[in-house]
Amino acid sequence: MRRWRPADLLFWGGLALVTLVLSLASKQIGVATGWKWLTKFPKGWELHADRAISAAMKWLVEDAALGPLRFRDLTRLLSALVEAPYFVLRDFLIDGFQIGQGQQAVPVLPHVSWLVVVLGFGLLAHRAGGFRLAALVVASFLYLLLFGLWESAMVTLASVAIAVPLGVGLGILLGIAAFRFRWVDMALRPVLDLMQTVPVFAYLVPILFLFGFGAMSALVATIIYAMPPMVRITTLGLRGVPEEIVEAGRMSGCTPRQNLWKVRLPAARGMLMVGVNQVIMLTLNMVIIASMIGAGGLGYQVLTALRKLDVGAGVEAGFGIVILAVALDRLSQAIARRSPAVPAEGGWIARHPRSLALLAVLLVSYPLGALLPALNSFPESWQLSTGSFWQEVISWINLNLYDQIEAVKVFALTWVLVPVKLFLLGIPWVWGLVLAFAIPAKIGGWRLGLMGLAMASFIAASGLWPEAMITLYLCGVSVVIAMLIGVPLGVWAGQNAQANAVLTLVIDTLQTLPTFIYLIPVVMLFRVGDFSAMIAVVLYAVVPAVRYAAHGIRSIDSQLVEAGLVSGCTPRQLLWKVKLPLAMPSILLGLNQTIMLALSMLVITALVGTRDLGQEVYIALTKANVGKGVVAGLAVAFLAIMSDRIITAAVNRKRGEDHA
Amino acid sequence: MEQPIILECRNVWKLYGAQADSFLQTHGMQPTPEALRRANIVSAVRNVDVTIRKGEIFVIMGLSGSGKSTLVRCLARLIDSTAGEIRFEGRDLLAMSGPELIALRRHKMGMVFQHFALLPHLTALENAAFPLEVQGIDRKTRLERAMQVMELVGLKGRENRYPHELSGGQQQRVGIARSLIVEPDLWFLDEPFSALDPLIRREMQDELLRLQARLHKTIVFITHDFDEAIRLADRIAVMRDGAIVQTATPEELVLNPADDYVAEFTQHIPRAKVVRLGTAAKPLGPGPFAGDLTASLRVAEAADRIEAADLPFRVLAADGAPMGQIDGRTVIDILIGREVAR
Ligand SMILES: Nc1ncnc2c1ncn2[C@@H]1O[C@H](COP(=O)(O)OP(=O)(O)OP(=O)(O)O)[C@@H](O)[C@H]1O
Ligand SMILES: [Mg+2]
Repeated sequence: MRRWRPADLLFWGGLALVTLVLSLASKQIGVATGWKWLTKFPKGWELHADRAISAAMKWLVEDAALGPLRFRDLTRLLSALVEAPYFVLRDFLIDGFQIGQGQQAVPVLPHVSWLVVVLGFGLLAHRAGGFRLAALVVASFLYLLLFGLWESAMVTLASVAIAVPLGVGLGILLGIAAFRFRWVDMALRPVLDLMQTVPVFAYLVPILFLFGFGAMSALVATIIYAMPPMVRITTLGLRGVPEEIVEAGRMSGCTPRQNLWKVRLPAARGMLMVGVNQVIMLTLNMVIIASMIGAGGLGYQVLTALRKLDVGAGVEAGFGIVILAVALDRLSQAIARRSPAVPAEGGWIARHPRSLALLAVLLVSYPLGALLPALNSFPESWQLSTGSFWQEVISWINLNLYDQIEAVKVFALTWVLVPVKLFLLGIPWVWGLVLAFAIPAKIGGWRLGLMGLAMASFIAASGLWPEAMITLYLCGVSVVIAMLIGVPLGVWAGQNAQANAVLTLVIDTLQTLPTFIYLIPVVMLFRVGDFSAMIAVVLYAVVPAVRYAAHGIRSIDSQLVEAGLVSGCTPRQLLWKVKLPLAMPSILLGLNQTIMLALSMLVITALVGTRDLGQEVYIALTKANVGKGVVAGLAVAFLAIMSDRIITAAVNRKRGEDHA
Repeated sequence: MEQPIILECRNVWKLYGAQADSFLQTHGMQPTPEALRRANIVSAVRNVDVTIRKGEIFVIMGLSGSGKSTLVRCLARLIDSTAGEIRFEGRDLLAMSGPELIALRRHKMGMVFQHFALLPHLTALENAAFPLEVQGIDRKTRLERAMQVMELVGLKGRENRYPHELSGGQQQRVGIARSLIVEPDLWFLDEPFSALDPLIRREMQDELLRLQARLHKTIVFITHDFDEAIRLADRIAVMRDGAIVQTATPEELVLNPADDYVAEFTQHIPRAKVVRLGTAAKPLGPGPFAGDLTASLRVAEAADRIEAADLPFRVLAADGAPMGQIDGRTVIDILIGREVAR
């Protein structure tokens, strides 16, 4: 283990002490000196970047033009391009095809029978992953049918079906461009960083402004949200193709273009499919969130249930999302893993038995559906509801466990949450700026310090200092708790195969869940407030803590462990003196990821009534205030970027020390 | 009769590191190892001259990291050498434009890679047909042609497998089929059998000799295994730290190593497997003789017959003229590794 140098000890100890004193005595200092601006950022000094942004946005939408082509026309054109296939798909799945508009509309073809959809997915799953996967997928769809979630699920599915190909396609193209041209790579990198750190609500606002409330905005937001990993993975995948394979392509006489499309891209196929899977999961997550801006679907059901505190409906719709997510995840993973099969002999008909069968069923289903309405729409009388059951479960818990839950909550609030909150809020913003420079500068050099100072100044000058402190407090407490739970679990999983198997399953499931879902049980049990927010954040952010710790332990060179054993370490010494120090860089990376996830979840928890930056963004969203939303969103992104840079610098420094 | 030169390179250098290009100029094209080390530059290939004649198997041999792969990639112009000139069939390879180079690779050069480098998304047959695919030849023709080369390398019946469904030896056969489909004149093989286990490796070496007996390509073969080099080579170039130490026939290499480094390699090689009768023969005596043997036979191949006979054998040169004689005692000297006078 590293020993502290006296100078370091003095620095950190002193900093902590001064901060504590200033925080506790800030009121008195303000009163004694008569300088109120010390503790409260003066209104008159604010930058009003939000107003400028709002005005710019307004100009963009209303007046901006390039010659005869107005910006508004451009967005309309884009809308039309994306919306056209979306509405065709919706008509096919849900609304049915019609000619004409509104009252005069003449139905031409009803929506497709549920049976065809279930069958189609079942056959696809069977082809990709055999009987078991098919059973899983069919069961998932049956759940949606039985619980009356079919229509919402189809709306969600339609959004996913449009957003995923677009996200994947754009991602691959951008990824190729970044691979081919260095300057594209350089330009894209910070943009991708921002796209992944700015909270989703924040860019919902300008998008709403540009495209209006409805499906189009939701789709655009979804694509922006889901595309970045595809870009990165494409570039990585193309770079990762073994040089020998590329050389084989060149020696085969490929032109550079052929080498890209026929050699590199197909050879990177495994990696690309990982990206596609990610895009699907992110899309699903975002489609659910986007229900707030008119995407409809399963997310909307959860949202209304949450608002009405309708436990049963909330749980059922929530399960629907989970089930759909798991089914799509397994399906896409199976397709990714499937090695191309030996091409079957025979003509087209013999080679595509499934597609043909499905087509036949589709054609038959229309006339049959006219005769048998049950085939067309799943009859309501066949549907189940467990709503009352869940209501009772919650009531039972509230009746019988109320005192215990309340005690835990009160304890956490009085002894952890509130003190930390008061401490952070007490720090005068001037001293906060000093900290924002000193901490990163100490760890990563003065450049990083200046970056921290600039970002913190932006936050203060936007009048968001208290909100940022609340964000910091909620995020900080949640991350500490997540690490306290996650790292020991990860260490355990890293040393014990059985524990690993179980934990991997739990973690994989947790990671498939759209962020929205975490709110349901939390709100049901703990109602709204900081405590609920914290629980949701911890649940969501604990995953990387476990995963990276386990990875760190497992990837230790076994020779080093053996060296420890031979030196006579007890198991405990082995853990503390050999394994943990070696796994530390990996654990720190896990911390980094945990912070990122915590911040992104925190914004979502604005729905359960926190008072942090997320709430600011959310309010801006509901009021369609572009400037406010963007500024608050940037503030969150700055917190994320700073913590990322500081931890990366710490990891690098640690690595450097180990090697020195 | 000397065959025409197909590939020739002079003073080829390949340096890796910052400002590797200008470094060579500033040091008068002859940098010392110390200067290179001080500038933190790796010289993967230094000042290499190679002449390869039509129809021969030219083996480049050296330990791991000695620069073999880098040299062969320079020769195939997969990477650009830092300095030097390379001529292919008399044409300046380094002056060729992109399209010229592509045309050259489509018709005159083939290469087999150490780790097979098959395209994972294509079947064995499609992999073999790939060079024709990029030439734009229609699917039916190219698959038929690929079928023929697959048969040639003994893979009939496995055409529709994907690379990951094939064993290492089978994958390398696909690699060989792919490199042969354009009927190249010059065939590069970069440690093609190093990733295979010893038994399969021997089998593949025999396969290569069998193919060569039929196809008469010019082969540039890389290996770090001296036994392999001796089995296959007409001539061997031994590389060390990027430079060629000696270029010679296996026999010369064993009998007259240029320095201790080469001697180290050749030490454990049984002389009888390398030395030919023509080299081992003593001046022709008056006879009588037990019979005639050709000079190109290796000692090991004729040892039993010579030892069994009481009389010496006459050694005949390629044109049939007697050039010396060999008896059991000489053979035993060679077999037990006693110094042989030349
Ligand atoms: N792209 C590169 N950048 C820097 N150094 C390189 C590069 N490629 C090769 N080298 C160096 O050049 C030297 C020769 O490498 P090369 O791959 O030619 O060796 P080799 O003889 O083929 O070895 P092996 O038998 O292991 O394949 C090595 O020291 C290697 O580190
Ligand atoms: Mg090599």
